Amino acid sequence: MVKEAAVPSTGQTWTQPGMDGIGNVAVKCPKCKEILYGRDWEKNLRVCSRCDFHFKLTAYARIELLVDRGSFVELDADIISIDPLNFVSRSQPYTAKLGEEQNTTNLHEAVVSGHATIEKKPLALAVMDFRFIGGSMGSVVGEKITRTIELGIERRIPVLIVSASGGARMQEGLYSLMQMVKTSAALAKLGEAKIPYFSLLTDPTVGGVTASFATLGDVIIAEPGALVGFAGPRVIEGFMHTKLPEGVVSSEFALQHGMIDAVIHRRDLRYELGRLLNLYF
Amino acid sequence: MPYDLEFEKPLVELEKKMHALQRKGDHLKADERVQLQHMERELRWRTEEIYKNLTSWQTVQVARHKDRPYAADYIRLLCDDFFELHGDRVFGDDHAVMAGPAKLDGQKVMLICQQKGRDTKEKVFRNFGISHPEGYRKAHRLMQQAEKFGLPVICLIDTSGASPALEDEERGQAEAIAANLYLMARLQVPILAVVIGEGGSGGALAISVADRILMLEHSIYAVASPEAAASILWRDTSFAPQAAEAMRISARELYRLGLIDELVPEPPGGAHRNQRLAAANLKAVLLKHLAELKPLSLDELLEKRYRKFRSIGKHGKSVGSNMLRANT
Repeated sequence: MVKEAAVPSTGQTWTQPGMDGIGNVAVKCPKCKEILYGRDWEKNLRVCSRCDFHFKLTAYARIELLVDRGSFVELDADIISIDPLNFVSRSQPYTAKLGEEQNTTNLHEAVVSGHATIEKKPLALAVMDFRFIGGSMGSVVGEKITRTIELGIERRIPVLIVSASGGARMQEGLYSLMQMVKTSAALAKLGEAKIPYFSLLTDPTVGGVTASFATLGDVIIAEPGALVGFAGPRVIEGFMHTKLPEGVVSSEFALQHGMIDAVIHRRDLRYELGRLLNLYF
Repeated sequence: MPYDLEFEKPLVELEKKMHALQRKGDHLKADERVQLQHMERELRWRTEEIYKNLTSWQTVQVARHKDRPYAADYIRLLCDDFFELHGDRVFGDDHAVMAGPAKLDGQKVMLICQQKGRDTKEKVFRNFGISHPEGYRKAHRLMQQAEKFGLPVICLIDTSGASPALEDEERGQAEAIAANLYLMARLQVPILAVVIGEGGSGGALAISVADRILMLEHSIYAVASPEAAASILWRDTSFAPQAAEAMRISARELYRLGLIDELVPEPPGGAHRNQRLAAANLKAVLLKHLAELKPLSLDELLEKRYRKFRSIGKHGKSVGSNMLRANT
């Protein structure tokens, strides 16, 4: 699976060129600074073998990790963002920003959706990708997630949403904020249909996504060490004018305060989700 | 009330001259009296001109004006009766949210309001209208109660956002907001939401899922405050005016985009110049919408509400490898 390349990348690979990690000879763990060999790192599901730091995954890598081999059917791949506000920031139009992101990530938008099976159990799923404008939710992310939930209602299959997002997308203004309502309203209908919804939080899940569908799961799971919360640590520090201790606003913090049901290691996710699907449906 | 906003500068000089004449009272000469009338007419005309063409950033300044009527002012001016209820029955009482049953023109309703606070003491007491999770949970409790007793819900929105402190993380700010979106989407009574000043992000949205979203003419509603957006996109909060324009946060722009249902007219020069008139306008609009929603069957009401939010969003379709964009 791993192609060897000449340029080693260090640090958090999602910000580096060759961001999907394929072709990395070695990566450096941002937490314990250990140098990890690309091949071992891939084999270890991009988890640091020394300190268990979970690197970010691309949406497609995440799907490969979670669902039965070859079972994923992507839907709505052709929906893309437009620029409803003619938004320009720092003299860059939003459309140019979108084009740039599409080129560097090879994605159409910040979420990939469709249906698949986990341990032979069918489900509708949407997986966010943090690389695309910070996994931010605009009209398209809201629409695709809503359609995923509606697919669950239509086919009477459980829904899984994997979040990785910095929040609502500024460039689409109030349209973005309203996607929080759209997705939550669809989940309310899913609830009325008595179909279970599983929410998986990955690094990072904050802002408008946390304040809507991500925290509405019948079961909410997070990967270890993920940044999970309403506001990111910088926002909290700015608001409180104090420095936060290390590790606050994380999966473990959320678990401790009763906000989520479990923190599960990446290598166990498929198995545990399979168990839950069996227990609920 | 003197004109004190920057874009009102052209009015200040005129107002000063006018006051000088007014001070003379009965000692005005006949020609001065005519002059005063002219001045009054000109001042009103020029105020209307300026306020007709406010930019988004200017609207922000009006929406945040220190004398702008707050929720408590509207409650006093609108309601025949209001009984404030306290507490979320879980942790505490959030003073940024004022809520309770009320009577509006003889009709029983449930009022849920965000209150910023006028003087320093009240501002601190109300936490500047910045809610903790308890505020949203109090709203949640009373909306369920409204459903139980068949009371329409009226929400008055005025907040810069939900509180992002560490204690709010500990008590589940995100969950409190999400739970309200989930509840309000299917709440079995009519809901009206009115942005009376600042509609700040998720903190405002948490009590704004409604059959009708109304905004006072010079209010704002935004995905993020102009300052927050500027710090994220421009990495510099001094670009807040640019962010405000780019995000199109003024009530007028949002109405033009079809994102809200109606503008509630404000008196010339903004609601703070005539609270009574502002409240009367608001009352008329609220009663009109309540009357429109009343005859709907429950299924119609809920389906229309669902469709309303389901249809918000603009996207295109990609064709082959070229990502062609088209409005759909």
